[in-house]
Amino acid sequence: MPQNGLKKEPLDVQKIRKDFPILSRKVHGQPLVYLDNAATTQKPLPLICALTTYYQLNNANVHRGVHTLSEEATAQMEEARGKVAKFIGAEDPATVIFTRNTTESINLVAFSWARKNLKEGDEILLTEMEHHSNLVPWQLAAKAVGAKLRFIPVTGHEGLLDLSQVSKLLTDKTKLVAITHMSNALGTINPVKELAKAAHAAGALILVDGAQSVPHLPVRVKDLDCDFLAFSAHKMLGPTGVGVLWARREILEAMDPFLGGGDMISQVWKDHATWNELPYKFEAGTPNITGAIAFGVAIDYLEEIGMEKIRAHEMELAGYALTALKDNFPRMVLYGPADVALRGGVVSFNLPGVHPHDVGTIVDQDGVAIRVGHHCCQVLMKKFDIAGTARASFYIYNEPREVDALIRSLQKVERLFKAPASLPVP
Amino acid sequence: MTDIDDLYRDVILDHFRNPRNHGRVTDPQISVEGVNPFCGDQIQLTAKVQEGRILDICVEGKGCSISQSSASMMTEALKGRTLARSQELVGQFKRMMLGNASGEDLPEELEDLAALEGVKKYPVRVKCALLAWNTVLEGISEFEKNGTSVVKQHTEE
Ligand SMILES: Cc1ncc(COP(=O)(O)O)c(C=O)c1O
Repeated sequence: MPQNGLKKEPLDVQKIRKDFPILSRKVHGQPLVYLDNAATTQKPLPLICALTTYYQLNNANVHRGVHTLSEEATAQMEEARGKVAKFIGAEDPATVIFTRNTTESINLVAFSWARKNLKEGDEILLTEMEHHSNLVPWQLAAKAVGAKLRFIPVTGHEGLLDLSQVSKLLTDKTKLVAITHMSNALGTINPVKELAKAAHAAGALILVDGAQSVPHLPVRVKDLDCDFLAFSAHKMLGPTGVGVLWARREILEAMDPFLGGGDMISQVWKDHATWNELPYKFEAGTPNITGAIAFGVAIDYLEEIGMEKIRAHEMELAGYALTALKDNFPRMVLYGPADVALRGGVVSFNLPGVHPHDVGTIVDQDGVAIRVGHHCCQVLMKKFDIAGTARASFYIYNEPREVDALIRSLQKVERLFKAPASLPVP
Repeated sequence: MTDIDDLYRDVILDHFRNPRNHGRVTDPQISVEGVNPFCGDQIQLTAKVQEGRILDICVEGKGCSISQSSASMMTEALKGRTLARSQELVGQFKRMMLGNASGEDLPEELEDLAALEGVKKYPVRVKCALLAWNTVLEGISEFEKNGTSVVKQHTEE
């Protein structure tokens, strides 16, 4: 972590931008304005170099050979695991399991933990703002064992959880609380620490979907006191195809394996096998070695900047964007908390009378990349009775002038659609 | 004309803001819900059919300007036509959107629909334009099989 003092200085965005070659490309003849970071982030040069260097000089399989290359590859991958552990404040690198993505991490828990530990009549408590990847795996698990899903409601467009319902929803039937730390559709940062306390008091475990929080906020598993944490490398400068499941050691030890195959075993006979130690018990088959090593480089990059600084930068951008959108489009519907302290760098909106897909197509012509649609949160969209929203999401390389470019492009949308005020939000 | 003006022609925006034949017909012989899961576009198409002819056709729904204007223009084009001619027209429209045919190849009945040719440049939006047309096609073929009112769902793949 950088020395105090340093943290007060803003990010050197111009310097950072030089590390991202893609930011100098053009789209439809316009400079790219990349505001779709909640979907996936761009990759810095050190990471791109790490990928090619690995294939040029180090490539080998891990945990299998006694030859030098294999030993080097194994050491590099384990070093990356150690970086991930340190990044999320986990003392024991063996509790960091490499998966493909957040989705696979959550499915691992839904298969290996939930199907074993839940029985008929038990309950899993979710929220109405969950991404499909923190909902559908629980639907499948609940169906398999006869458990029920309950939902903490979202209050309204300001997108906060109705915490007054928690004491009613958390009962001795609740075995798991599975909740997103930061909503990808609203930007809302949920009070995970308080919910962890409440869950534990009720005798339940808590899984935190950190897909949006780990890339953007300082996240410490000890501090949150959660039991499971899932996140994806590709949303934090890292490569696609690498995700993480962190869980408390005693929980992982008691869990059955997820996938069977090579690496995850200790001894194999014709009719049975015993399991390898953590974390390998949950890493069957050849892992994404290159991806994991490159992810370590992405983490170095983020650590060097400092997560507090990144959070401050995004808070500022979110505040700037919210104000600019409100000032320029008085009829715009904005979703998520008005207070930037309660939200991340995700701004979701609708222009009355204009479908988000039309917004997306038009701004794309100006080189502005935003996400439009339901953001894999159909439950939330149904609650708001909308087809979707347009969403701008920021990261370390975004600047206020890019928000300005979005605004200019949205003005074009308004001119084109000249939507009368009476038209409903699509 | 910029690409965007070419996509969002006045005719399209006009049909989006003031959809023609909006709503549902009473006692329909054909009733099909069409959905496009990618965009969340959704339409309910109802039609009155007598002696092989579409006497009345209505659409109501929610979605982007392309899906909703295309549906509105389609109702105008198909109203009063025989089922056989309607199927031909759907085929011709689809050839423009998916194949090599251009707006100029469209028959007179589909004249206005040449405005949707600009959508071809946006592959992800072509489905939006096709939703109503594939929905009506599904309704007609079900009706011809069963000879009675059908209630079905069409999903744009
Ligand atoms: C909150 C949240 N959870 C889960 C996911 C799923 O992540 P992935 O697609 O990398 O598995 C995402 C990203 O789309 C997300 O934003």
